[in-house]
Amino acid sequence: MSYVTKSPWIIHYDGSSCNGCDIEVLACLTPMYDAERFGIINTGNPKHADIFLVTGSVNEQNISVVKQIYEQMPEPKIVVAVGICATSGGIFRECYNVKGGVDTVIPVDVYVPGCAARPEAIIDGIVKGLDVLAEKHANMPKSSVSASDAAEEKVKDEDMAIEVRYYGKTAEELDEDIADERVSDAQSVKYYSSSDKDADDSGDKNNGKEEV
Amino acid sequence: MGKRTIIPFGPQHPVLPEPIHLDLVIEDESVLEAIPSIGFIHRGLEKLVEKNEWPEMVYVIERVCGICSFGHGWGYCKSVEGNLGAEIPPRAEYLRTVWHELSRIHSHLLWLGLLADGFGFESLFMHSWRIRETILNIFEETAGGRVIFSVCKVGGVRKDISDEKLKDIVKTLDGIRKETAELTNVFLEDVSVRSRLSGVGALTKQDAEDLCAVGPVARASGILQDVRLDGHGAYPYLDFSPCIETEGDCYARCKVRIRELFQSMDLIEEAVSKIPAGDIEIKLKGNPSGEFVARMEQPRGEAYYYSKGNGSKYLERMRVRTPTNANIPALVKTLQGCDLADVPMLVLTIDPCISCTER
Repeated sequence: MSYVTKSPWIIHYDGSSCNGCDIEVLACLTPMYDAERFGIINTGNPKHADIFLVTGSVNEQNISVVKQIYEQMPEPKIVVAVGICATSGGIFRECYNVKGGVDTVIPVDVYVPGCAARPEAIIDGIVKGLDVLAEKHANMPKSSVSASDAAEEKVKDEDMAIEVRYYGKTAEELDEDIADERVSDAQSVKYYSSSDKDADDSGDKNNGKEEV
Repeated sequence: MGKRTIIPFGPQHPVLPEPIHLDLVIEDESVLEAIPSIGFIHRGLEKLVEKNEWPEMVYVIERVCGICSFGHGWGYCKSVEGNLGAEIPPRAEYLRTVWHELSRIHSHLLWLGLLADGFGFESLFMHSWRIRETILNIFEETAGGRVIFSVCKVGGVRKDISDEKLKDIVKTLDGIRKETAELTNVFLEDVSVRSRLSGVGALTKQDAEDLCAVGPVARASGILQDVRLDGHGAYPYLDFSPCIETEGDCYARCKVRIRELFQSMDLIEEAVSKIPAGDIEIKLKGNPSGEFVARMEQPRGEAYYYSKGNGSKYLERMRVRTPTNANIPALVKTLQGCDLADVPMLVLTIDPCISCTER
């Protein structure tokens, strides 16, 4: 699974947690636990993220926010519910404004228990999530695989025989174009770079021929 | 005159660990008006008093906020103890004070880190949080949890700290004092940090009074306001005077919190030297039947805890009013006329705890 050797980036959203899990998520990235040494970065942009960490349960007000962040993330993506509130509502389950765990709104792949979830548990949950991420990547339909990934796979499959296309042209067409360009470039260079009269004359002659 | 635009800020924003939404009305680069909207993490936990018996409710109140969790638990206990007319053994009060001041150190270090992250000083953020882990280790050794450790109960504390352990804590704090001084010197002396904070978002003393600012925000504007002066816990027996600054800008707010960091270390040291032997809890009789308001100085400022009992095992009403709630009007005031680029700084320097605010 080559995909998981790349560093996943996470995005974190606080559903309606008490902060306990949020600060533990941040503690994972700071020197004591230091998940950043593996290149795991807490990004603020959903479009850069692979893993969506949600702490706290969902309520009417933030359902749309959670959904929007989830929808903006590119495939493949996984959701990790951090803490007991994100899993089921936890101690706040019976509150009038709590709708329940995050899985009532978006699909959740890994549940991390704890109140507050310990950094070790959160890291463990993310590592579990990486397997799911790799699996999702493998099962993705080919059409939705990104261009760079497709190119990479082709390199492996056909032993470096890649069809390069530049502005929609194949390699052969491109070679012809380049050859043509070289001819015209040589002419133009001759025309513009020369300050002596001969070149100017030849240019004039050409123009004259065209007119004829 | 430029065109007026409304820029949404939050609820999901890189500098915010928690969701708050601001509609920033801007003209050119300066903010004319900021319209806050909150309610993204409202849970309605006050209503849970009807479902949890009053000794159990402390677990819920501790989860008002994960950062100042111990203080919330203490505030609730104080409120119910006042309702019951209970006298708490002095050793329990001293232990509560030690844990509360440790919470303050952890909270302020956390905030310093977030502030550094806010102005893009990543390594400073990492160092703040590295030092903070020492405090979390002390929590784990003494109470068993890292952030929410449920050690406060109505009538006392659940666990005792041995005298040797208390001395160990003082030793540990002495160990990090030098590191912390190195760290905070960067905040106070570094040219680029100063230029980011000095003179930004000044709140005058008059405004702070009118808008009822609390905690470090009020103290940075020159208002002498600290609930610890009222004499709860072990504070009457300790040498304590609030840290006051007068400039009222982001730098002053930062400085107040840094001074409090060291003050808390001193307070813990003094409390450990004076702690009496004795019980750590008392047995309580009966159910709360009156009304009582307790006040606490949280790391972010003054918090109220109101409880109303009706003689049964369930409280009739419980109300928490938290410091960030009181500081939002001050924030909106300072946001008027500031640069768009300073908005994260201003939001961060009131030390917003949205989870507290919305409960």
